[in-house]
Amino acid sequence: MLYRTLFPRDLFAELDRLQREMQQASEWSPSIRGLTRGYPAMNVGGNAKSVEIYAFVPGIDAASLDVQIEKGVLTITGERKSAEIPEKAAVHIDERFAGRFRRVVTLPDDVDANAVEARYRDGVLHISVARKEAAQPRRITIQ
Amino acid sequence: MAESKPHPETALLPPVDVVEDASGITLYADLPGVPKDSLQLRIEAETLTIEGEIDLDIPEGMEASHAEVSLPRYRRVFTLSKELDSTRVEAAFNHGVLTLRIPKAEHAQPRKVDVKIL
Repeated sequence: MLYRTLFPRDLFAELDRLQREMQQASEWSPSIRGLTRGYPAMNVGGNAKSVEIYAFVPGIDAASLDVQIEKGVLTITGERKSAEIPEKAAVHIDERFAGRFRRVVTLPDDVDANAVEARYRDGVLHISVARKEAAQPRRITIQ
Repeated sequence: MAESKPHPETALLPPVDVVEDASGITLYADLPGVPKDSLQLRIEAETLTIEGEIDLDIPEGMEASHAEVSLPRYRRVFTLSKELDSTRVEAAFNHGVLTLRIPKAEHAQPRKVDVKIL
């Protein structure tokens, strides 16, 4: 995976990941949009019925998130405001993302762009896109 | 607040902001995907541990094709300094963002010292 993770793991997991990445490097071709800024972190998965996208966007007003599907490309945009820092305060650690963000996912060809559900819970935007009926596996009875 | 060594069990390291003002320290941590009842905060001696289990709505039979959040938990440990009053910590957790307020102990509050010019 060529995305830089926002949540670095501890040392052993990190070494493990590096090893896997090196093994993959020779055969892995990066996405054309792959090396842009990786916020929010995303997980993508699916089953026979739907494609599930999870965007990790904590502490945001759900109304300020914009989700669009156009020509099979899902775009998530929004803005995360930085916390107000009182006068005379010292910032010791500053790791959390702030500012505008945009991430793009190419959806598979068999999804139905009209059957999309998006929910925001515990700081995760969960988008579920149904696959087209025709694309779902069907058992054919043999006569 | 200095970080101490990680726990053996693998976990993601949540990003944090730490801001100090005259009366205490405010810590913000991003823990997306953690429901309120799966968040654990522990203060033992001078160690603060933030730990949370991620719980996502995953439909049956789902196969992950791309995972950037690839472990089901977050953990981060901080060492508090002596002047902080760990008995009066206030915590709020909203939309995956933890806000912790750790006040400074009374004796550590700043006091203005008058300088007399002789």
